[in-house]
Amino acid sequence: MHWPEIIWISIAFVWGLVMFLAMIYWHIEGEQNLSNEAYRITPDAFAEKTEAMAEAYTVREEGETGIPVVHPPPGSEVYMLARLWEWCPILELEKGQSYRLHLSSMDWQHGFSLQPTNINLQVHPNYEMVLTITPTETGVFGVVCNEFCGIGHHDMVGRIYVVE
Amino acid sequence: MSATTAEDVIAGIEEKYRTCLDTGLKVYEKAETLIKINAVTAVVFLAVGGFFGVLVALTRWPAVHLLPAELFYLVLTAHGAAVLLFWIIFFEIAVLYFASAIILNCRLAAPKVAWLGYVLMLVGSLLATVAVLQGESSVMFTSYVPMQAAPNFYLGLILFAVGALLGCFVFFGTLVIAKEEGTYEGSIPLVTFGALTAAIIAIFTIASGAIILVPTWLWSLGLISEIDSVTYKLVWWGMGHSSQQVNVSAQVSIWYVIAALVLGAKPLSEKVSRTAFLLYILFLQLACAHHMLAEPGISSEWKVFNTSYAFYLAVLGSMIHGMSVPGAVEAAQRRRGFDKGIFGWLRHAPWSNPAFSGMALSVVLFGFLGGISGVVLGTEQINLLMHNTLYVPGHFHATVVLGTTLAFMAITYLVVPLIFRRELIWPRMAQWQPYVFAIGVAGTSLFMMGAGTLGVSRRHWDITFSEAALSFDYPGMAFLMMGLNGIFGVIAGIGGLMFVLVVVGSLLFGKPRGAAEVKANPVVAGGEAASTYGSEGTLKLPGTITLVSIFFLAFVLYYFINWKFLSEVWPLS
Repeated sequence: MHWPEIIWISIAFVWGLVMFLAMIYWHIEGEQNLSNEAYRITPDAFAEKTEAMAEAYTVREEGETGIPVVHPPPGSEVYMLARLWEWCPILELEKGQSYRLHLSSMDWQHGFSLQPTNINLQVHPNYEMVLTITPTETGVFGVVCNEFCGIGHHDMVGRIYVVE
Repeated sequence: MSATTAEDVIAGIEEKYRTCLDTGLKVYEKAETLIKINAVTAVVFLAVGGFFGVLVALTRWPAVHLLPAELFYLVLTAHGAAVLLFWIIFFEIAVLYFASAIILNCRLAAPKVAWLGYVLMLVGSLLATVAVLQGESSVMFTSYVPMQAAPNFYLGLILFAVGALLGCFVFFGTLVIAKEEGTYEGSIPLVTFGALTAAIIAIFTIASGAIILVPTWLWSLGLISEIDSVTYKLVWWGMGHSSQQVNVSAQVSIWYVIAALVLGAKPLSEKVSRTAFLLYILFLQLACAHHMLAEPGISSEWKVFNTSYAFYLAVLGSMIHGMSVPGAVEAAQRRRGFDKGIFGWLRHAPWSNPAFSGMALSVVLFGFLGGISGVVLGTEQINLLMHNTLYVPGHFHATVVLGTTLAFMAITYLVVPLIFRRELIWPRMAQWQPYVFAIGVAGTSLFMMGAGTLGVSRRHWDITFSEAALSFDYPGMAFLMMGLNGIFGVIAGIGGLMFVLVVVGSLLFGKPRGAAEVKANPVVAGGEAASTYGSEGTLKLPGTITLVSIFFLAFVLYYFINWKFLSEVWPLS
């Protein structure tokens, strides 16, 4: 072995450890971590929970689309379901408040891509993913489906409003 | 020695061979024919799949938006299968036969099995391609359940995998024969060792593929009622990502063999390079975790350990090769007398030799664009910024196209004269080809990564959402990036076309390579270095040290910039 190799291998090895520890560090100190919380659930059961939330907290309908806009209380359980080819319902959240967001699919896999914030999650049928989110800015956010789900995939856009 | 082995040996002696005018190695006819047929089939799939790729880039160019939606998704599926699977794996089978039979001076084990493997791969690839083109299997290359393709799509992939498995067995068999017959001295050369790594990972890959594709096929036939979507992804990527590690092993082997053949370069330290290959075998399979970071129901502990290949030990392997390959080139160049300054060796490298330039571009671009982006993308938390955005294809075009495909193109410029024994027609076009292709693909990789950083979805026909009930506007910059991606996609397509023209043209119309051509146009400076075991002696490597330092700096900076991006996202827990 030559000395440049020995030095390079040492640097690369230490750098690998740094990158490994960075992920663990972020679990302790960082604010952006995905939860490990998930449950098995049937599409029907998830749809029922979503409908119950929508029934309780719908504040209006979105223009001519007829999609309900739901304003759940801060800190509550909020649901968004994915199906061919829509996200339902539209959520209205308050800035600086935390919510437990539940995601699941009624049919195929979908991708929850919250834009322009840029949070991207995979949504599976039969799995209910739960994570706590805290919006930090107001505005209109798109939920683009970024897992290919057939011919209507590119029309599958949902919405989240964040208000003061 | 048993009777069967003795018979084999006799059969071996009787087998026809020629002595290579360039290298002096024995080249057995059956091995040579199998290398040719696998390589030619590979190039056909590259041409078809590459064409599909250009159509995809043109459709995602907002101002052009070439194909209608249905056709776009069909073509995108066909593009993935044709180039990521068929082009690369047919070529890898040729590489395995080359690295065993040719490099070890040996006949190929069980040529009939090799032919059976080829036929299975051909039938499988055609079956799957036809299924896609019929329009019932636009499920993307990944075919995530519960979305379902036509049964023949899965059956085609299964047959293809079984064929590739036979190819691996023939390779192992050839290593055994070479050892028994003593066709080489000492340990196997590094190139063969690297190919062995690739073949071992391929066994794991194909096993994963069988475990998931067989039940999925039965499910598509209605014989199984349900496939769990998370389990499917986990096992599918045991195949899907591990097969990329097969590619990395094969491409790194090719880097070494090109450096050896063109410049007579030897690895800095054989043992170090071998250990780096060993790290691939030990850790790369964990990489299916890269595709599970945004999935429900998987623990962070599992994600952190697996996504980092334990403690980035496979990345360590690549970083070792990343120094060893340029280092070998620098040492060889200095030995040849190009010893001025830090970069004199680099300035005087054979940049007009497409085998060399293709290899050099492959090393640099794979490392800077593919390697760094891969580590960032595979960081557990940072992944949520990029999962399923265009950043993902941006990353893997840098690894699979700039790394693997470019390396395969580069070695083809040696395979045509050495194995097909043809002179290149249009040497000028060949000389420019690696540059045009590399610029095109590097552009598409960078602009896809850029668009992905801005959140643009992959596998998406209409980012203006013109027919969606609700809309969302990506930033203007994203559209600019997609336009540039289209332009560079076309440049990449031209580079690919140049390759196909030169190769197919040379095979059909190239001057046969005889003793006069070998003398007038030598392509091999150091056949010895490729087929023997050994390291460079004492050396100084200021150029390589400078290059890896720049690489390391870029890596660290870009890595931490992405943590910064992440820290600006809404808090999640």
